[in-house]
Amino acid sequence: MSILKTEKVTFEYIRHDEEGNVEGTITAVNDVSLDIEQGQFIAILGHNGSGKSTLAKHINAILTPSKGTVWVDGMDTSEDEKIWEIRQTAGMVFQNPDNQIIGQVVEEDVGFGPENMGIPTEEIWQRVEESLRAVGMYQYRKHSPNNLSGGQKQRVSIAGVLAMHPKCIVLDEPTAMLDPNGRKEVIRAVRALNDVEGVTVILITHYMEEIIHADNVFVMDGGKVAMQGTPREIFSQVERLKELRLDVPQVTLLAYELQKQGVPLPNGILTTEEFADALERVKKGSSTNGN
Amino acid sequence: MLRDITLGQYYQTESVIHRLDARVKLAGTLIFIVSLFFFKNYWGYLVAALFLAGVIKLSRVPFKFMVKGMKAIVFLVIITVLFSLFLTPGEALVSLGKLTITKEGLNTAITTTIRLSMLIIGSSIMTLTTTPNNLTDAMEKSMRPLKKLHVPVHEIAMMMSIALRFIPILLEETDKIMKAQIARGADFESGNLLKRAKAMVPLLVPLFISAFRRANDLAMAMEARCYRGGDGRTKMKPLIYQKRDHLAYVCLLVYFVAAVVIGRLHF
Repeated sequence: MSILKTEKVTFEYIRHDEEGNVEGTITAVNDVSLDIEQGQFIAILGHNGSGKSTLAKHINAILTPSKGTVWVDGMDTSEDEKIWEIRQTAGMVFQNPDNQIIGQVVEEDVGFGPENMGIPTEEIWQRVEESLRAVGMYQYRKHSPNNLSGGQKQRVSIAGVLAMHPKCIVLDEPTAMLDPNGRKEVIRAVRALNDVEGVTVILITHYMEEIIHADNVFVMDGGKVAMQGTPREIFSQVERLKELRLDVPQVTLLAYELQKQGVPLPNGILTTEEFADALERVKKGSSTNGN
Repeated sequence: MLRDITLGQYYQTESVIHRLDARVKLAGTLIFIVSLFFFKNYWGYLVAALFLAGVIKLSRVPFKFMVKGMKAIVFLVIITVLFSLFLTPGEALVSLGKLTITKEGLNTAITTTIRLSMLIIGSSIMTLTTTPNNLTDAMEKSMRPLKKLHVPVHEIAMMMSIALRFIPILLEETDKIMKAQIARGADFESGNLLKRAKAMVPLLVPLFISAFRRANDLAMAMEARCYRGGDGRTKMKPLIYQKRDHLAYVCLLVYFVAAVVIGRLHF
């Protein structure tokens, strides 16, 4: 069964002017239909204002659609009595780690979600330990979050969601405020969740490097899904991505430019290793041709 | 510079005091503060100081660390001292123009200084050795009877714990905004008090805006993690009295009786 399904979801903000009169509506999400299978790693890509964060908030029932329906694990998010079950099924990690950590000690923060769910004390401890180990933060369990780096804080936030045993985790630009090392740390932890724990991951980002490992990528623009496909399919359309104001990884761009100059490279190269291999092959090919 | 304020901050280490039930520490702090106001002679303060020194030693929090947090309050102490020094009527000791220092004034000044600093150190021991979550849990549990009177006990406790959690974050932010303003020529250091207070306005406005934004984000994050008030919540660290807690209550009682008796003796 699909873990997340949206059908023609539209969300409209009503804008007010300074006197509080309605100025007009802004459609942040426009007619989006998705169907995501349990256990997948999904990336949602888009530049600022593309509606990706608004869409993310629908998955956790923080927002409910103006039109259309969102089902999380078969539950309709507009049903009020299901709201806590939905939030437990689809956990959410936000952008700013400082604004989502509630505990003054790492382990207390991770225990916050299970406490809210009414889990017995012993099981909370067990879940906290498991979750902190899963993100590699167990040795910091007694630390104050204030003394951790951005990447570590964000891993604590992920552990906090994981302790609720969700089937699906939505990460709303979890790396936007981190340095490159912190970004790598967080992405590694997220991938481990997906590979090892089998949690469905929906990663919202505007960093292209982070979507390389996704099973399926949705590119959003102006509230609509503009592109959809595997990372390779997406990255082979360099011109279209540029149109959508998205950066292509350097290596993909280099391969694309070389291809345009007539070097016979395959489409949608994603990693440096892949590029090196392809180039090697091209070299061999041209030398045998030359003989 | 602002990060030096240690009031309301937790100091991570292993000690007997850290392990005590937060309710004991809460009661202990209250008892200690109350005892300070019973004393009629300086011997009482000596007993209190000895007790405090013992607790500090047991808590294994470096004394330097505590004193660092006191710097922020020195100003308050000085004002109180000046007021009581010059404005208490009684037997004149020294006259400086219109101002007179009285014997009673001097006496009050000394006792207030001692009282205030002990009060602050005493309560900072509680916050230094207890995580805010624990502390608010203790308050919530001790105030539970008030819930029958429709006092939102859980909500108050939650608000306090969040406020405490955000103190260091907002201090850091203030520091950042201050530096940004200084870099663009703002002057927080010179001028008279009024001028300096005016200089704070461009600091407070962005700080408030960011605090509201953070509050909004946090509320959303809490809801996303299924927070729906105190009902039906379980505790990761439930408060259960241990043997050492009962022992600590006995120690507190002994201290209180001894200190008050000694502090009220007439020599």
